[in-house]
Amino acid sequence: MDIHALQQIVHQTRDARRKQTIPKFAPADRDQLIHKYHPDYRTSAYRSIRFGPNKNDKTVVELAALLEGDSSISESLDLTPHYTTDVLVVGGGGAGCAAALHAYGTGAKVILATKLRLGDSNSVMAQGGMQISVAPEDSPVTHFLDTLKGGHMQNDHELLKVMVEDGPSIAKWLIELGVLFDRQADGNLHVKKGGGSSKPRLLTCSDYTGLEIMRVLKDEVLNQKIQLLEFCAAVELLSDDNGHCTGAIFKDLDNHRQVVVAAKSVILATGGIGRLHIQGFPTSNHYGATGDGLCLSYRIGAKLDHIDTFQYHPSGAVYPEQLIGALVTEGIRSEGGHLVNAKGERFVNELDTRDVVSSSIIRECEEGRGIRTMSGRVGVWLDTPLLDAEHGPGTVEKHFPAMMMQFERFGIDISKDPVLIYPTLHYQNGGVKIDANSETNVKNLFVAGEASGGLHGRNRLMGNSLLDLMVFGKRSGLTAASRAGSMSQGKLTLQHLRRFRAEAKQHGSSSGVISPMILPAYTRKEPERTANS
Amino acid sequence: MAQEDTNVIDQPEVLRHKMVTIEISGKKYEVPEGITVIKALWHTGQEVVRGAGCLGGFCGACATYYRTKDDPKVRTCLACQMAVEDGMSFTIMPPFPARKALYDIQSLKDPKQDLFNLYPEAPLCRNCNACTEACPQKIDVREGVWKAVFGDFKSVSEMFMDCVMCGMCTPVCIADIAPNLVALYVSRAQGAHFTEKPQGLDIRIKEIQDGRFKDEWNKVLAMNEQELADHCAKVK
Repeated sequence: MDIHALQQIVHQTRDARRKQTIPKFAPADRDQLIHKYHPDYRTSAYRSIRFGPNKNDKTVVELAALLEGDSSISESLDLTPHYTTDVLVVGGGGAGCAAALHAYGTGAKVILATKLRLGDSNSVMAQGGMQISVAPEDSPVTHFLDTLKGGHMQNDHELLKVMVEDGPSIAKWLIELGVLFDRQADGNLHVKKGGGSSKPRLLTCSDYTGLEIMRVLKDEVLNQKIQLLEFCAAVELLSDDNGHCTGAIFKDLDNHRQVVVAAKSVILATGGIGRLHIQGFPTSNHYGATGDGLCLSYRIGAKLDHIDTFQYHPSGAVYPEQLIGALVTEGIRSEGGHLVNAKGERFVNELDTRDVVSSSIIRECEEGRGIRTMSGRVGVWLDTPLLDAEHGPGTVEKHFPAMMMQFERFGIDISKDPVLIYPTLHYQNGGVKIDANSETNVKNLFVAGEASGGLHGRNRLMGNSLLDLMVFGKRSGLTAASRAGSMSQGKLTLQHLRRFRAEAKQHGSSSGVISPMILPAYTRKEPERTANS
Repeated sequence: MAQEDTNVIDQPEVLRHKMVTIEISGKKYEVPEGITVIKALWHTGQEVVRGAGCLGGFCGACATYYRTKDDPKVRTCLACQMAVEDGMSFTIMPPFPARKALYDIQSLKDPKQDLFNLYPEAPLCRNCNACTEACPQKIDVREGVWKAVFGDFKSVSEMFMDCVMCGMCTPVCIADIAPNLVALYVSRAQGAHFTEKPQGLDIRIKEIQDGRFKDEWNKVLAMNEQELADHCAKVK
């Protein structure tokens, strides 16, 4: 049927739905729903890791293969460094920029290496905002409790307390650098309510929060003249005789040369895993989100935490085909947008946590109440025109200019027509285990941002990622820089790699893949020719 | 499970599987109609390293020049946000060597005057409007440059909130202005110097420093798992 004809039910039922309140699930019902429908509980998608620091732990098969993967580096490689630095930051997104700026600010020598350009990251796409408890009726403790509840009580308390308490000073730092957060009439920071939060706590720059923060941080990295190695992908870490991290080896993607960097500390800020397309899901992630930091950390002996749990954002675009997987910001639901099935009914409290909302959308679709596209995808409606009906004409355009433009390019006016959505692979809840200074169990190896784990428990709350990046980027940068003065550069060896390969051999060799992946294999290979063609 | 057949969206482009002829950097290829420009590159077997970033229309890495069939007008787009059509011709734009001024945003004494030291070419705009036409984000770039020069930093910061820093406005400028970089400076100055300091934020920072939440923390952190879960459930 014509998409407009199918959308009619959303328009027809709008007024009736506006009078409805949908209660949140009781804890027992919520757990039942998640266990039945959330992709984290599809046991066939998981397997045990055969060796390494997380031996016998389960994770998705796509990640297990990479963690058990072999390095591209030969143990006989000449390790004479091309560059030497105090702090080596790997990754040019929010956490990487924050780490580099804070380390550099204390006077340390800093190199920032990234496999794409400075700033090409998931951070730049963050639309929903950044959770910081600035409102008088809110508090860091409430922020802590909301996050804990959203994370199914599995969050690391120490990391979480640090994040919520550092939040306000992070906001101040960003404002001083010139970030333009939305304000109230009295000049105070405007706060919005996010899914799973009991108080309005989201600081926003319309729906360009990540872009605005990243424009400023990138500019600041350039103004400070921090040394950059762009289009350089980290392919292996270096360690000394004590197993401490002492640098990294990169592959220059322009000329395919290997680049050796000696560093007193290494900060991995390599982001997430969306481009592994776990369980075949489309993703909202950037081109380079291939979990490189997890593989590098794992081989050098760092323990991972919560790597069996991923966030499937409830609202990834399903139509048009060109926008598959692209994020439709949660901000729409924060402002009252309804989720509507093919029968015109609401089926979940739209402001419940992401895992609950995603599970309920999957339930609707699996039970036959979804809307199908000819390309074989299925989804439910997100009633975007409701925002204009509720808050006055022009609301969607004013509050969600990025999203308006994204759909407008394909001839869809989201202020007039609802959009079709289905969960999209969005975030790795876990990652490399870190302490409150962002350091791993491998000395002088720090991990910050999405690549780290523990803080978010089994489900990250909306708006906590941008804050995570800034807080742990800062902490890793300051800690690494503070050490530099009192230590000497350790030896550059590949002993950890030798150990890892020996262990792989004991368990019947590695998975047969080379990791890290660096970029997804989207380039189409030429179809095999048959003999008579 | 059963899915009512009535709830299916027709997609002519999916039904037909039509192939179209496009030109990539002057060379002809056949690709499925309607895929994005970036996917067309992958489809033709090209490795993409430079020219792809967030794939969501936010990072500006995939700035592209394109032309549609029989139309002389060369337009701009983001390759991840544009569908290909028959007869289309495109080239991904290589990074343009624009000059970025260096500054310490916090220590500027007179940001509106400093603009002319940092970007002395900014007031030389000759009003050709090419920058506005080149913007894939539909920002009125020319207007923004003039507003910057006349000191209306607030308007510039609002107009350029959509800017993805693709830099397409720069190579077309006959006065050698890099409008996106000018706007970035102006927006940062607006935020750092001309926006009211939020009082509530300073109060909250001081409360945390002074230990206002200490008792509450002690209570919460002393709870066992069950007590904490019950406590969380009560937060409304």
